[in-house]
Amino acid sequence: MLTKRIIPCLDIRDRKVTKGVRFRDNVVLGDPVEMAIRYYEDGCDELVFYDITASAEHRSIDIDMVRETARSVSIPFAVGGGISSIEDMSRVLLAGAEKISVNTFAVENPQLIAEGAREFGSQCIVLGIDPVRTEDSLKFPSGYEITVRGFRQRTGLDALEWVKRAEGLGCGEIVVNSVDTDGAREGYEIQLTRMISKNVGIPVVASGGAGKPVDLVKVFVEGYADAAIIAGILHAGKYGIPEIKSELARFGIPVRLNW
Amino acid sequence: MIAIIDYGAGNLTSVRLGFERLGIIALITSDRFAILDAERVVFPGVGAIGSAMKRIMGLQLIEPLRDVVARGTPFLGICLGTQIIFERSDEDGGIEGLGLLPGAVKLFRRGEGGAKIPQIGWNDVKLKREHPVFKGIKDGSEFYFVHSYYPVPADKQHVLAETEYAGEKFASVIGKDNLVATQFHPERSGKVGLKLLENFCRWDGKVQATC
Repeated sequence: MLTKRIIPCLDIRDRKVTKGVRFRDNVVLGDPVEMAIRYYEDGCDELVFYDITASAEHRSIDIDMVRETARSVSIPFAVGGGISSIEDMSRVLLAGAEKISVNTFAVENPQLIAEGAREFGSQCIVLGIDPVRTEDSLKFPSGYEITVRGFRQRTGLDALEWVKRAEGLGCGEIVVNSVDTDGAREGYEIQLTRMISKNVGIPVVASGGAGKPVDLVKVFVEGYADAAIIAGILHAGKYGIPEIKSELARFGIPVRLNW
Repeated sequence: MIAIIDYGAGNLTSVRLGFERLGIIALITSDRFAILDAERVVFPGVGAIGSAMKRIMGLQLIEPLRDVVARGTPFLGICLGTQIIFERSDEDGGIEGLGLLPGAVKLFRRGEGGAKIPQIGWNDVKLKREHPVFKGIKDGSEFYFVHSYYPVPADKQHVLAETEYAGEKFASVIGKDNLVATQFHPERSGKVGLKLLENFCRWDGKVQATC
């Protein structure tokens, strides 16, 4: 049976892994490659790196870091942050990443998804979205508006409308990162994850809010997520991947237990 | 020397790095002579089969590929490289493959038990036959898959392992003589995947007749 994926997320700032709530109050946690190796050895199923400042500072991703990671772990990993062209994508993929994650620049230029999928295949193109809850149901039928630039800017786009369009353009997977729950460690936003997952035919990755193993159980069972991103819950050292996975297995959720 | 065939279908870096982690140098190449001279050949690939076939033809690689398989060189297909080995694929309204093995490539049915297409992630591989590339690999081990289409060998003797997805039990490892092919990505399947690559590097391309 296809297992549910557990994906640690490493937010990178100046070649260091950092963690903050809603992109503020960032604390340095360690070296990205060392942390990637540790989580790989601990049995994570995939990894994702976000260069959280690349987009804002208009510079490209740290390719040496991608290369070193690809040499050090033999599981898939995605890289995101500031990817705005086919050339950016190509550099990251050739350095050994499996996927690229686009967010802000895909909203500004949706053809980036189509061009990327044509050039490298849909399986390489991950769309990250940062939806925020809204009361304006006339303008946003799904109840969520897409934000970009690390939650700093609203776009006027309805979340569901945007993911359906992106699916049509050829993205292979969607990471749903809830602005409302990100960093709070009080659980994923189940309703949002479920709504997206039930309305697209491609895998959906839940992100934002995991604080304890049972939060993952909920997002898999009630949120219909195909994979879950974890960050703070791991980085804080309170829970390890084996512990989270055995908890999931206890609830009958298929996970990879041997690595 | 191992030749990883580069026909412009996707990124081959992770395949090369997989061998590098085992201390084995692999050459990414589209040169016919390098491919014919190689001790082992790896035929990877991701993306669409139609454009891949066009590129293979454009690079005049069809004959060299047939030759290395015919002369007994250990040959490993991965993902799209596995699908191209068959006679035809349903992709893009029907595409003719290399025809190195009899059979076809079909699309998963969408919505079967809520299954998403493509299948992305780790799924278990049930070993159906003994094979040197499985040495030290436990039955039911999980490997990393990324695909929307799956191979259907016409000859069940060629099915070395099976995996279930979207209501289909499909051939996830296929083999005949010196040819072995996986639908999953061993180069991205952690230690068990590296073990399979290592076994391939030690394999002389011969299989004992077992039933």
